[in-house]
Amino acid sequence: MYEGAVQDLIDELGRLPGVGPKSAQRIAFHLLAAESADVGRLVAALQRVQAEVRFCVTCFNVAEAEQCRICRDPRRSEDVICVVEEPKDVVAIERTREFRGKYHVLGGAISPIEGVGPDDLRVKELMTRLMNGQVTELIIATDPNLEGEATAAYLARLVAPMGLAVSRLASGLPVGGDLEYADEVTLGRAFEGRRRIDA
Amino acid sequence: MYVRHLQLGSFRNWERVDLPLRPGPTVFVGRNGEGKTNLVEAVGYLATMGSHRVSADAPLVRHGAEQAVVRAALRREDRELLVEIEINPGRANRVRVNRAPLPRPRELLGLVKTVLFAPEDLVLVRGDPSDRRRFLDDLLVSRTPRLAGVRSDYERVLKQRNALLKTARLARGGALATLDVWDGHLVDLGSQLLAARLRLVADLVPHVAAAHAQVAGPEAPLAGLGYTSTVPLAGDGTPMTAGTPLPDVAELANALRERVAERRQDEVDRGMTLVGPHRDDLVIALGPVPAKGFASHGESWSLALALKLGCLALYRADGEEPILVLDDVFATLDTDRRAALAAVARTAEQTLITAAVLDDVPAELRGTRVQVAGGAAFVVEDDTVLEGGVR
Repeated sequence: MYEGAVQDLIDELGRLPGVGPKSAQRIAFHLLAAESADVGRLVAALQRVQAEVRFCVTCFNVAEAEQCRICRDPRRSEDVICVVEEPKDVVAIERTREFRGKYHVLGGAISPIEGVGPDDLRVKELMTRLMNGQVTELIIATDPNLEGEATAAYLARLVAPMGLAVSRLASGLPVGGDLEYADEVTLGRAFEGRRRIDA
Repeated sequence: MYVRHLQLGSFRNWERVDLPLRPGPTVFVGRNGEGKTNLVEAVGYLATMGSHRVSADAPLVRHGAEQAVVRAALRREDRELLVEIEINPGRANRVRVNRAPLPRPRELLGLVKTVLFAPEDLVLVRGDPSDRRRFLDDLLVSRTPRLAGVRSDYERVLKQRNALLKTARLARGGALATLDVWDGHLVDLGSQLLAARLRLVADLVPHVAAAHAQVAGPEAPLAGLGYTSTVPLAGDGTPMTAGTPLPDVAELANALRERVAERRQDEVDRGMTLVGPHRDDLVIALGPVPAKGFASHGESWSLALALKLGCLALYRADGEEPILVLDDVFATLDTDRRAALAAVARTAEQTLITAAVLDDVPAELRGTRVQVAGGAAFVVEDDTVLEGGVR
């Protein structure tokens, strides 16, 4: 245990995801030794995040204005909505530069253990968006685990009467990998989702 | 297969032990509390990543240490296999096989095969259904490693579904809207698990019956196995034979789906999942009567032993030669059963036996000994100390 302020800092850092006690201690001592201007920038960045970042009123992605950058972009299609669990999933899909539609961030996945049901997610808001008539396709990109699959199945049932094209991201083999290193579940899914080659 | 070399670090009472082992029978002998069972428990851990004595990993780590290490060099059909496990209670274990780390520790399951018989196995006959389900599922995963994923996913779905049913009971009708989704997972995974268990019981039946006849004598009633399920099955709970027709996964999925629908209101009322393989049981019968409640103490012992020897025979039928571990069992068996067990133990590629008193072990198994005393373990052959390690 260290004296007051240092220990407080270590405790706070240790509460961050992915930071264990040893890492927290290392970061704390790094900050102690750092230039005060560097620390100032970090403090300012943290305060700005608190003060300025909000969630987009349309898709619930992180935004600095009423709407996020993607929802404001007129070049993006209004016909397709891609549903994801977290804002970081939007970033991941954006990196592919393959998707030119809009997003909808649910804010998690259905998980009764953690007390998360559909009412705790942005499902109602999604339904409102789908109801405006312009959307023709829904891509469900929740995580490929039990909770993500459950959320996808729930949404698929919910929107079924609306007559949209609904799809789920494929799961299968990693690109550039070796078949022999794939685990059985992934390989099994890849078999299920195999595609015909048009020659 | 056999363990050629066993090394433990901070495992149970052993700070460090380094022990060369040989094929054939080896008796670990020493007074109570010296740590004989701890040595063979580590061998069992290689196979199941669990202990036959405790359900959590924390007691396996030496008091005051943060982690325990089990390192074993095995030989399997003339090939060397080095398995290293770092046991980290409360965190993920780390496993290396032939010096290469496994991405998921679960992938070790099925690589090392052991059959372990210990006094605790009496619960297979007399204990709760959960003990018998664990027995079946451990054996399933060892024979078909893919099922480890099905088993853990099924347990996770069950937790999610039970949590949902509990909240549904406290009004909030909307919570039930997602129940169908979990039903889908439950049916899909549950039917796979159920089909695999039925297949396994059918495979075990002839081996267990033969082992029982050997242990309890030819006049003893026939030992039978059946499976009783929350899903309606033809011949539910009655002893199976090798030729019993088994339903396939799709049929079981349909039956499970129907049953889940029928019991929905009960499940909501009680706030838990009432249908599925987590409520099933392995039925062990002695002649026409179920063993539980009817079998005497001695008969229960014979049945428990027959179950384990049946596993050994099943592995052999699969073309595998597992390591046989007999933890402190000879002292509790009568002369005939001792002789029957010794006859099997002699044929195993490697048998590791623990005993407090050497005389309890049949003479033909006593060739190689590991003397465990005063915090040290030494290999003794024909009364000559060969090598050993200190605790």
